[in-house]
Amino acid sequence: MKEVLIAERPKSMYKVSTHYCPGCTHGIAHRLIAEVVDELGIQDRAVGVAPVGCSVLIYNYIDLDWYEAAHGRAPAVATACKRARPDLTVFTYQGDGDLASIGMAEIVHAANRGERISVIFINNAIYGMTGGQMAPTTLLSQRTSTTPYGRDPKASGYPIRVAEMLSTLAAPGYIARVSVVKPKYIIKAKEAIKKAFLTQIEDKGFSLVEILSTCPTNWGVSPVAATNWVEEQMIPVFPLKEFKVPE
Amino acid sequence: MPKGRVVIDEELCKSCGLCVAACPTKVLSISDKVNSKGYRPATQAKEGCIACKMCATTCPDVAITVYRIDE
Repeated sequence: MKEVLIAERPKSMYKVSTHYCPGCTHGIAHRLIAEVVDELGIQDRAVGVAPVGCSVLIYNYIDLDWYEAAHGRAPAVATACKRARPDLTVFTYQGDGDLASIGMAEIVHAANRGERISVIFINNAIYGMTGGQMAPTTLLSQRTSTTPYGRDPKASGYPIRVAEMLSTLAAPGYIARVSVVKPKYIIKAKEAIKKAFLTQIEDKGFSLVEILSTCPTNWGVSPVAATNWVEEQMIPVFPLKEFKVPE
Repeated sequence: MPKGRVVIDEELCKSCGLCVAACPTKVLSISDKVNSKGYRPATQAKEGCIACKMCATTCPDVAITVYRIDE
C-alpha cells in the first residue's frame, strides 16, 4: 500500500495564513493563478499588478514580482510594464470597486488598445474592504451599507456587465466570465485563467477573466450560504460563458 | 472506488465549512479543537474518502492536502 500526493499547495504560493475573512473566495482565485503559473512554468517571468481593495496584500501570498497600482490604475501600470518588457507575462488582479468604478476608464482603454496584458477581475457585487458599500456591479434590490433598502435603479442605475461590455470592442482576444463558488465552477475557472495567460503568451491580444466571487462578511451570510447566493442570484444576472476567444 | 486521506492544516483553516459542504461522501466535519486564531478547524472524522479532491479544490485557505491510497 502506498500513498500518492494528489492535491497540495502550489509551489508559487507562500505557506502563510491570509488576512481574508473565513470563506472569502479571494483565496481560491489566488490559488488558481498560482497553479496556472506553475503549470506554464512562468514564475520567474510573470509580473502581477495588485489593486486597491482586500487583495492589496496579494504580494504576501503569491511568490511573483508585484507592482502596487493606485486605485483603478492597474491596467495603466501593466501597460507600461508590458511595453517595456514584452517578454514578461503581465497581469492585473482587480476587484469590482477597483476595475468597474474608479478604474473604468483605464480598463476600457487598455482593452480597446489591445494591450497584451491579462486581467483577473473579481466581481462580488459589493465593496469589500471599505465596509460593504454599493458597487457598480451590485444587483438590483441588493442591500448594502449605502443601499439599506436595496439598490434602486432610478437612483443608482443597473449592475454593469463588464465582460459583455468589453467584448463589444474589436481588440480584446479573450474575454470570459467564470465563478469560483463550487468545485464544478472552480475547475472551469482555472481553464479560463490558463487561456487568458496563453492568449497573452501567444500574442493574441488583451485578455480578461471575470470571476464571480463572494463576500460573506459584508453580505451578512455564512460562507456556504454566500456560495448558494452566487448560484441563485448572481449567475442569472452575470451569465457564465466565453464571450471572445482568439481566432 | 479509490481510497484517499485528507490532511487539513489546523493553523491555516478558518472553519468556513466550504470543504464540508463540497465533500460528496460527507467524511469531513468541523472539529471541537480551537486553533491559535480561535477558529475550529475542519477535520476528516470518518473513513470513506474517495480521493476526489473536491475539498482541496474549494478550500480558500489552501489548507488541504489529499493523498490517494493505492492498495
